[in-house]
Amino acid sequence: MDITLKVNGTPRAVDVDPRMSLLDLLRERLGLIGAKKGCDHGQCGACTVIIDGRRANACLALAVAVDGSEVTTVEGLAEGDDLHPLQEAFIEHDAFQCGYCTPGQLCSAVGMLGEPGPSAVTGDLVVDPDLTPEEIRERMSGNLCRCGAYVNIVSAIGEAAP
Amino acid sequence: MKPFEYARAGSPSDAVRRYRPGTMYLGGGTNLVDLMRLGVAEPDRLVDVSRLPLDAIEQAGDRLRVGAAVRNTDLAADPLVRARYPMLARAVLAGASGQVRNMATVAGNLLQRTRCAYFQDVGRPCNKRRPGSGCPAIEGDHTNLAVLGASDSCVATHPSDMAVALAALDAEVHVTGPEGDRIIPMPGLHRLPGDEPERDTVLEPGDLITAVELPAPPPGASTYRKVRERASFAFALVSIAATLDVGSDGVVNDCRIALGSVAHVPWRAERAERLLIGGPATGAAFLRAAEAELEQARPLPRNAYKLPLARNLIVATLEELAP
Repeated sequence: MDITLKVNGTPRAVDVDPRMSLLDLLRERLGLIGAKKGCDHGQCGACTVIIDGRRANACLALAVAVDGSEVTTVEGLAEGDDLHPLQEAFIEHDAFQCGYCTPGQLCSAVGMLGEPGPSAVTGDLVVDPDLTPEEIRERMSGNLCRCGAYVNIVSAIGEAAP
Repeated sequence: MKPFEYARAGSPSDAVRRYRPGTMYLGGGTNLVDLMRLGVAEPDRLVDVSRLPLDAIEQAGDRLRVGAAVRNTDLAADPLVRARYPMLARAVLAGASGQVRNMATVAGNLLQRTRCAYFQDVGRPCNKRRPGSGCPAIEGDHTNLAVLGASDSCVATHPSDMAVALAALDAEVHVTGPEGDRIIPMPGLHRLPGDEPERDTVLEPGDLITAVELPAPPPGASTYRKVRERASFAFALVSIAATLDVGSDGVVNDCRIALGSVAHVPWRAERAERLLIGGPATGAAFLRAAEAELEQARPLPRNAYKLPLARNLIVATLEELAP
């Protein structure tokens, strides 16, 4: 099926099998290998990208179902040589070890910072909470890091938060 | 993954028109795409309903109408839901991850399948997946499976958090289908397994959920609590949605209790509610009601732990809600 996506600002027209996931489209057809295939079941978050402004698991999205969408991957976060503030903060805080989960962590964090409202650990549901370390941990629970760099990931995100 | 055709529906009636045997409706895909990859779901045709204009949350008098395609994130972040139905917001936020909640729809959340390991493993028998093939969970790993309302055919649990809150809130599920429109009350959408565990719900082939309507919130305080093996992004061992309204004389005027992850359905604890309403709001009364409800349980060797867990969760939650 013919679909059109805007990926990191560039329109891309591709002919895909309906079975193809957005993740496989990005990696196998468009050469964007930043998003990683960890579990391919939506459980690890390594494939996280931003679809129409929202973080999502690219492994669970069929490419045909996101026809017409704007997709941002980790390759699209920096502006030229200027890293995204979250990328700078990850370096500053040493927020990774092997780096495999990092593209997903970055896209997830970028998406998360645009999601106001309560989380499962918020006390008062009516008031948007401050982004405490506890809130960051809960909101980032869809991204696993097998190296266990969580402490530094939380501090990096805390610094980059507005 | 088995090949399939894909089409986007232009309207709810267009979706229903496109339905024929072998068709499945696609919402956010967070469960269905995974099941297709596992070979558990093998549709010939997907009709994508995720972009239908069913994504509004609208106030209608003292009721709230939530479109079937509203994303879980938007439901939990809605100011009216947060203020008037805190139990629902908390239930939605207790489920899955930020990424999954961004994708998952309200209707898809209701229609997600059990996470029973045998159901998800096509190499094993499963009466829900392949009727008549047997249920290895009864003799095998049923650690997180049903203690209430199960059958000799199936001990699966319904995994949703949101559905538990909707069952406590007496929500109505609006459906359109080949035979026209109808409204299904919650609880009542989901069914006990009996000898047809392949049927999770009372929906008929081609039926499409278009909205969930919430009546005015019940009086009193309400909350949702979830017990799980890790603090986030895990299914419940037992969860509870509860409301409690106590008069100035200390008598329970109204009470709603629904339990999650203990049955094939979000389990409305009607026995406990009946015992509590009109009686004192005391710890002893809460305990008596919880024990009466759980007398119906038929635990298996490895999930009997759910009974003291459910009992204590009911008592602790009602004590938290009591004035």
